[in-house]
Amino acid sequence: MKIFELTRADDPRQAIAAAAKANTAQQGADIRFIAGGTNLVDYMKLNVETPRQLVDVNHLPFDKIEALPDGGLSIGAVVRNSDLAYHPIVRKNYAVLSEALLSGASPQLRNMATTAGNLLQRTRCMYFRDTAMPCNKREPGSGCAAITGVNRGLAILGTSEHCIASNPSDMNVALAALEATIHISGPKGERSVTIGDFHLLPGNTPNRETVLEPGDLITHVTLPPPSPGNRSLYLKLRDRASFEFALASAAVVITADGGKITRARVALGGVGTKPWRSMEAEGELTGQSATQAVFQKAAEAALRDAKPQSQNGFKVELAKRCLVHALKLVTQTA
Amino acid sequence: MPTTQEIPTASPIGRGTPRIDGPLKVSGAAHYASDFHFPELLYAVPVEATIANGKIRQLDTAAAEKMPGVRAIFHRKNIGKIFRSSAGKGNEGICIERRPAFEDDVVRYYGQYVALAVADTFESAKAAADAVVVTYAKEKPNVEFKLTADHDPDTVETSYGPEKRVQSERGDAAAAFASAPVKLDQTYVTPAETHVPIELQGTTAMWDGDHLTVYEESQAIFNLRSVLAQMFGLPYENVRVITKFVGSGFGSKLWPWTHCPLAVAAARQLGKPVKLVLGRKMTFQAAGHRAHTQQRLRLGATPEGKLVSLQQDYVYERSMLEEYHENCGEATSFHYSVPNLRVHFGRARRNIGTPSDMRGPGAVPGLYATESAMNELADQLKLDLVQFRILNEPKIDEGEGIPFSSRHYVECLQLGAEKFGWSKRNPDVGSMKRDGLTLGWGVAGAAWIATRDDAAANVELRDDGSVRVACGVQDIGTGTYTVLALLTADKTGVPVEKVEVVLGDTMLPHGPVSGGSWATASVVPAVFAAADNAMTALLNAATTTPGSPFENRKQDDLAFKGGRVFVKADGPGGGVPFADLLKRADLRLVTGSGRSEGIFGSKAKPKFSMHSYGCHFAEVTWQPEIARLRVSRVVTVIDGGRIINPLAGRNQIEGAVVMGIGMALLEHTTYDPQNGAPINSNLADYIVAVNADVPKLEVHFLDYPDLELNAIGARGIGEIGLAGIAAAITAATNHATGVRVRELPIRIEDLLKSSVLA
Repeated sequence: MKIFELTRADDPRQAIAAAAKANTAQQGADIRFIAGGTNLVDYMKLNVETPRQLVDVNHLPFDKIEALPDGGLSIGAVVRNSDLAYHPIVRKNYAVLSEALLSGASPQLRNMATTAGNLLQRTRCMYFRDTAMPCNKREPGSGCAAITGVNRGLAILGTSEHCIASNPSDMNVALAALEATIHISGPKGERSVTIGDFHLLPGNTPNRETVLEPGDLITHVTLPPPSPGNRSLYLKLRDRASFEFALASAAVVITADGGKITRARVALGGVGTKPWRSMEAEGELTGQSATQAVFQKAAEAALRDAKPQSQNGFKVELAKRCLVHALKLVTQTA
Repeated sequence: MPTTQEIPTASPIGRGTPRIDGPLKVSGAAHYASDFHFPELLYAVPVEATIANGKIRQLDTAAAEKMPGVRAIFHRKNIGKIFRSSAGKGNEGICIERRPAFEDDVVRYYGQYVALAVADTFESAKAAADAVVVTYAKEKPNVEFKLTADHDPDTVETSYGPEKRVQSERGDAAAAFASAPVKLDQTYVTPAETHVPIELQGTTAMWDGDHLTVYEESQAIFNLRSVLAQMFGLPYENVRVITKFVGSGFGSKLWPWTHCPLAVAAARQLGKPVKLVLGRKMTFQAAGHRAHTQQRLRLGATPEGKLVSLQQDYVYERSMLEEYHENCGEATSFHYSVPNLRVHFGRARRNIGTPSDMRGPGAVPGLYATESAMNELADQLKLDLVQFRILNEPKIDEGEGIPFSSRHYVECLQLGAEKFGWSKRNPDVGSMKRDGLTLGWGVAGAAWIATRDDAAANVELRDDGSVRVACGVQDIGTGTYTVLALLTADKTGVPVEKVEVVLGDTMLPHGPVSGGSWATASVVPAVFAAADNAMTALLNAATTTPGSPFENRKQDDLAFKGGRVFVKADGPGGGVPFADLLKRADLRLVTGSGRSEGIFGSKAKPKFSMHSYGCHFAEVTWQPEIARLRVSRVVTVIDGGRIINPLAGRNQIEGAVVMGIGMALLEHTTYDPQNGAPINSNLADYIVAVNADVPKLEVHFLDYPDLELNAIGARGIGEIGLAGIAAAITAATNHATGVRVRELPIRIEDLLKSSVLA
């Protein structure tokens, strides 16, 4: 860990002004916001992140979960993951989000981790975490050791020849299926970005993970009103029973009418370089009967473009089974 | 009538006793080795090599030296002399990685220490270590997973002495295999595994002139003392090692690693105490691990299921300089009756940190392979897995040609089968269901050596009625404090709460290593002899003190039981508490020493084959829709001699079974194919079983005392619980899924091949 300065922002403008001086809002940023610190501090200890200044945003007024007039929900950037997971509106209207949060990390970590921090959670790729290794995400142009190395846990969707790092978040997968919107306040004012547009594919610039620019501060996340009669679910598959990142996961939000699916939202985790919304799967499901054959077609569509590496080919089949099973569970009549 | 207090205490041996050190641990008052702080303490952080093969070309410390709070950056040229250490007989001078850090500029494994930063705070030392710039001449490391034995002579030197590569042989195994009506020829692979005890390894060293004191979480403080005396050229008695508590070791803290003398050398150079605690990553690199093994098993049998031939040919990895022997043949020669047998091993050098003992070394990977082969052969013969084993039960140890001291393996299998409900097993793959899940049932046997190390102890009887027992053994979290209290209470008749136990210090009488499951068996004779001597001293006082109720009695006429002295002829009803006799004789205390010779490593041919035995019955559930396999139930039966404390004993076995679930399904240290780093060197990427993976565990002890081993017939049980469990789980997995996994751990990618789909 390098020596750094810790400052505390008392209001958003101060935080934005401080961070606007950063060289980037991506890998290598010299100024970083810190909230729960469950991810950033780890990476600082490993010298993967070496900011000279941390701006503490824990005291900013973004700690509320509020019902919106349109029936949606607003979630403050520094709401703790556990508070969000157990919030009555979340449990009632957005079960997939609650389940995703509770499948991640451990109670201690969820008590610290925040909404915005989870959105920015970085990959568990072992090569990214070790500064002695080449990694295009950490050090652009140095190469990717994972493609020719240990890649069992890494992505099969959205990869490039420069990076196959998977997005580790469970929450993000649920937010993708819920079509969340990220609200950002920055030096140029306020804007909002859909979850689908927020994270970037690695392409030639795996060091760029989100659309954030220096000074951009996530203030809150909004969820649209729940689609009437929908049921949602998060299914996470991993080697052990708890406290592990997903090998494959599925977030599904389904509305069915008399056995026919009228609306489907599907996102996959553990397999994508970003939270992986699958409109291909949604297309196969919408208007169809809730049958095994239809689920299977949706799963095939979701994984059609998968590019397995030397060790993670099994994820194609595992992700398919995960999605099919999630769809089966969510459409079972209670 | 005696009052309640005067009723002699019944023996506490065999009674479930909560650990006497429990309150200290749960209240944070138990001080582990790195919890000690001293004035002017400095902190050291090693610089780890980032290549696995090559040479240090240049080491630039300029920037690091200038950083705030930095006292020194040590490396080969300024650390001062660190000598080597050589092992003698018994557990003295053992160092598995004998090359002291910084001895030369060659890097032979990833994470080898190349420099050491010392600073006023841990943070400054870490920052300085990170700022040291090392340039290497890098060569491609050899971390190839497939093992081919190196060219080796028939007898090879190992860390523990010479070993014949044909480890055991009888009959003509090859010919018998060739003509056997039923055959099995399979290769089983276990990966490198890392111990990952929660408490990290570390050393705090301080010098006072030419006297050295080291606080270290050691499983063998007297060995460490002799190693450090040799490495620093000191008189043996000038070195003191203190280990009051150990947060588990699993073998990783049995022998010293290279960081320990580095901390000592840094303290010497700077004239101040130095603390060096490894980071988790370092413990994967340079603090031992279970060697990766590859074992070919060839078994031949009659159609009725009688074994006619057994061949085990195994290869294990070793590091570039060292010769640690992973004895996978440990249990092979005696576990089943077979007229023709050959056990043979080879080694393969790799650019890896030096492997070492890990819980049940040799036997655990060995029994995984042999018990797996037994299960496969039984399936091939269409015989029940339990019956097949019983059919091949030996009458004597056929490897050594000597009788067993106490073997009840068949009873283990029978009791386990009954408790598990084994008779309801339908052997057809995928045929058993419960709650929409497919069930798999498997079984495997276990064995582990029973032996004793040298031990000495001291017992004091004090005038307040309390007793103190002192022994330089370690409590590695397994309950040794409590065992010493129970043994002393048993012998003196003083209640357990009135026994003070002191251990973990080389100032105390020479204790055994806490490894090999020997500690308990080893301390029994020493503690008993010490207590006998203390009681003799007391009787001396009782018969010679003027005015003593026993003045002028013959000692032989007296007895000491239940904390009281009485005339044998009068029976135990009367008598005098020993504290009264001490006071009357103006004695604060009487003290007695006792010692016993170990039997491990003795050249004399033993009269008996001494081992613990056991078996595991495992149930898995299989959910093909999501390729999910979980262990749902394990019944374990252990023939581990007399169990001194069943509460801690059960806990030992349960912990071992949980570790076995990790071995079967989760754990593997993975080396990066390009740079040779153990790449999953943290607890998120090195997956061990967590609470949610722990199923219902049932443990039964047969409790037959092994009186050939010691007076109460107690063996150690730290390792036996891990032996065999992985083979029981792979058998259960095959039963549920039809997938036979022969390379651990069982992974989802293996299970996706299952044709059991619902």
